[in-house]
Amino acid sequence: MSATAATLPTETTHRRSAWSLLKSTGPAGIAAAAVIAIATLVAIFGSLVAPFDPTTSDLSLSWVAPTGGHLLGFDGQGRDLLSRLLAGARTSLLGPLAVVILCMLAGTILAVTAAWRRGAVDAAISSGLDIMFAFPGILLAVLAAAVFGAGLLAAAIALAIAYTPYVARVLRGAALKERSQQYVSALEVQGASATSICMRHLIPNMLPLIVAQSTILFGYAMVDLAAISFLGLGVQPPNPDWGVMISENQPGIFQGYPLSALLPGLCIVLVVVAFNVLGERLFEQAQKARQ
Amino acid sequence: MLLASLLVASFVIFAAMYLAPGNPIAALSGGRSLPPDSLRILEQRYHLNEPFLVQYWYWLRNVLHGNLGISITLRENVSTLIASRIWTTAGLVLYASIIILTIGIGLGVLSGLRHGALDTSTLVVTGISAAIPAFVAAIVLILLFAVKLGWFPALGNGTSFLSNVRHLTLPAFALAVSSLAIVARVTRASVREESTREHVQTAVSRGIPTRQVIWRHVLRNAAIPVTTISGITIASLIALAAVVEVAFSLNGLGAYLVGSAQSKDLAVVQGISLVLVTAFVVVNMLVDILYAVLDPRVSLGGRAE
Amino acid sequence: MSASIPAGATATAQSRTDAPLLEVDGLTVHLPVEGAQRDVLRDVSFGIRAGEALGLVGESGSGKSMTARAIDRLLPDGAEVEGAIRFEGRDVGTLAGADLRAFRGRVAMIFQDPRAHVNPVRRIGDFMTEALRTNLGVPTSTAERRAVHMLAQVGIDDGERRLRQYPHELSGGLLQRVMIAAALLTEPRLLLADEPTTALDVTTQAEVMAILHDLRREFDLAMLFITHDLELAAAVCDRTVVMYAGQIVEVRSSALLHGDPLHPYTAALAAARPDIGQTSRRLRAIPGRPLSAFEAPPGECAFAPRCPHVVDECRAGVPDIVELDGGRSRCVRARELRGRLGVSSDG
Repeated sequence: MSATAATLPTETTHRRSAWSLLKSTGPAGIAAAAVIAIATLVAIFGSLVAPFDPTTSDLSLSWVAPTGGHLLGFDGQGRDLLSRLLAGARTSLLGPLAVVILCMLAGTILAVTAAWRRGAVDAAISSGLDIMFAFPGILLAVLAAAVFGAGLLAAAIALAIAYTPYVARVLRGAALKERSQQYVSALEVQGASATSICMRHLIPNMLPLIVAQSTILFGYAMVDLAAISFLGLGVQPPNPDWGVMISENQPGIFQGYPLSALLPGLCIVLVVVAFNVLGERLFEQAQKARQ
Repeated sequence: MLLASLLVASFVIFAAMYLAPGNPIAALSGGRSLPPDSLRILEQRYHLNEPFLVQYWYWLRNVLHGNLGISITLRENVSTLIASRIWTTAGLVLYASIIILTIGIGLGVLSGLRHGALDTSTLVVTGISAAIPAFVAAIVLILLFAVKLGWFPALGNGTSFLSNVRHLTLPAFALAVSSLAIVARVTRASVREESTREHVQTAVSRGIPTRQVIWRHVLRNAAIPVTTISGITIASLIALAAVVEVAFSLNGLGAYLVGSAQSKDLAVVQGISLVLVTAFVVVNMLVDILYAVLDPRVSLGGRAE
Repeated sequence: MSASIPAGATATAQSRTDAPLLEVDGLTVHLPVEGAQRDVLRDVSFGIRAGEALGLVGESGSGKSMTARAIDRLLPDGAEVEGAIRFEGRDVGTLAGADLRAFRGRVAMIFQDPRAHVNPVRRIGDFMTEALRTNLGVPTSTAERRAVHMLAQVGIDDGERRLRQYPHELSGGLLQRVMIAAALLTEPRLLLADEPTTALDVTTQAEVMAILHDLRREFDLAMLFITHDLELAAAVCDRTVVMYAGQIVEVRSSALLHGDPLHPYTAALAAARPDIGQTSRRLRAIPGRPLSAFEAPPGECAFAPRCPHVVDECRAGVPDIVELDGGRSRCVRARELRGRLGVSSDG
């Protein structure tokens, strides 16, 4: 028997390229990703591509059906519906993005800290998170609006705060699992600092889960933010935002012009379904990778 | 643990007064200018000259005695204003809960036990419904059932009990749609998983009739995660009801909350927030108790994730 | 191993007839594996007489568990079964409804991991009496009395208290005894024991084996004892069946199995287990890995790739069963190798 020099592995999971990860989500996942990509493009370039100015209003054209270059007709204020939909993608998607970024940052930091330090620190953080569970996101956003005034920023921050306990809990479980892997003790023995181990190994190995969680979270944030805008406490009219548009054009339903209220709703549902489908598939992949 | 949540939540609600730009008076008045005696009354009521924690203590004591302050806009007791609207919201949430539990769990159990067409179609339908926010569902339902078909009224509360129910039907469904989908999916997954468990095989090997195996071993065990998700979704209805109330012009707590937030009537916002958070915590407590009853491995207060 | 169990002990011959209690005849089972129908059992035939203990030994994938499940009609959906299984003269495959339930009362099965096989949210009392109350209409109080009595038989004396407890409050060993007791409440004639002691520690293992032995004698119970441990099977059972790749490769009386096996695989199994009474320079592992029936090369002896005695004839076709000296072997060279396969000292 020859003695084998122990070469300690520095990574136990192999990293997949983003493309192979996407392919593994199946045709449904790829279709969802395509929808998301289109939505992103519209969000970035929407107002440039829009055929008309989304804010120009001509009340004599209220609710007019599609004519001429106006493919989808007009909304209640006589504005071109298609242009408003395209321009509205920006806030409808940007808001959730901000929520997700804030939330995942805070959640990851809390989860990794709790998992790394364990003991009293973990107990304190976990209890803190459990306590915060009692605040539904929308409620916090309404409270924020009452205190700071209505607006997208306050609502987004409120939602991020409300979602963090949930995200941190999920990530904490994964972080604990990673923490107990052998390569971590190996690195510690070699003298690597806690920060470097976390940043260069622990967190990257949690990346599949983080990505999956972010995707699912985006769907929730989008729904909640649109609801808050619908209530008039988020994005303010006359800004084009899908949630705002539904609220503005609700009277149209009673007057026989449902299109301008339905179409923004359809856009929301489409994008959220895409995020849900992709997120669920990514989640499955993340579970598989951990076994 | 949940009581601690409640306490912390009440603290946050109270402290909102101080988070606003300007002084607490400005927050309470919502930026309006008030005559000097009103200012003095506010100062006395909230003990604004005392240290922060003392103020909190007084405020909390008032709350526990049912005194939630005065609405700046309507000049009435917040408690009274809440009491007149609470039944609409409670009714709405109850109605939606019934829909979610019967249709959601029913659908989940059926598609979990069978394979084939019912199952696939359930998956697809719930996949889409889960993404339909309550206000979008509201719009669609109003369009279909109120405007086009005229089966249900679109807006408002109704007068008698029966007409109340009629008026609450569309809102309840709008509220229930996405939660129903989630509950159905989780139920289905739970039933599926439980039917493949080894202890079910033991029961089969002893000749227990299939029907009984399903009821006493599959469903009974699957009920555990189903209870958790049902509890979570119903609790979330409490806040979500606000959106539906606004969409249907219902005179409930949620709509009132939104209106007060817009008119910056902080006392009302605080009052209603407290009520909603308390309801949220109570529902969670009930779920915890139910969970401990269903699963003997768990002691009270410990809900396995 | 407890010294109180003599090797190859037989139950007292009381109401034994010559007709076998259980007859497995040419049993072949296909299961859907990753889309296609694959063999898991091929032409399995054996019999168990009333009161007899038959050991079924094999490595993972050999099909031993699948055989028990086939007998108890517990195969997964989509399984195709050929051949016949007869219990008390009746074809098990054709049973349905009340007949099937009656059959299940007369054939009991105990499983490997008691914790997974007992419903965690119901009390022990409920678990034990369920079959009695449901199928036999026994009133609860009577059923519970019988349960307490049976628990005493398996060495659990505070039965009344145990009935009120939940499974998570009992240790693995206790839970396995409860499972055995529960299985015997319907007074079965045949017990299918699927690796009942594998998940237990050695001391508990010995206790459970002793309990099974005593109960068998008391109730004149036949037993199919499934295990991967050749020695254990030989110590407890009258005869032993060895399976490989879904087929029976040897049937032999346990007393002769170790010293005079009829199939190279049995010999290799016996040799692979370290003997505490001898020192050996090396552990003898069988090269290669055990195969499932559908992984075995078709049209030849499944063990050929790993067999130290292989010749060309072994690859010419699947060997038939050869009767030899009261036992059976699926080896073309069985007669030739007779007497030379026994475990020799290392060298």
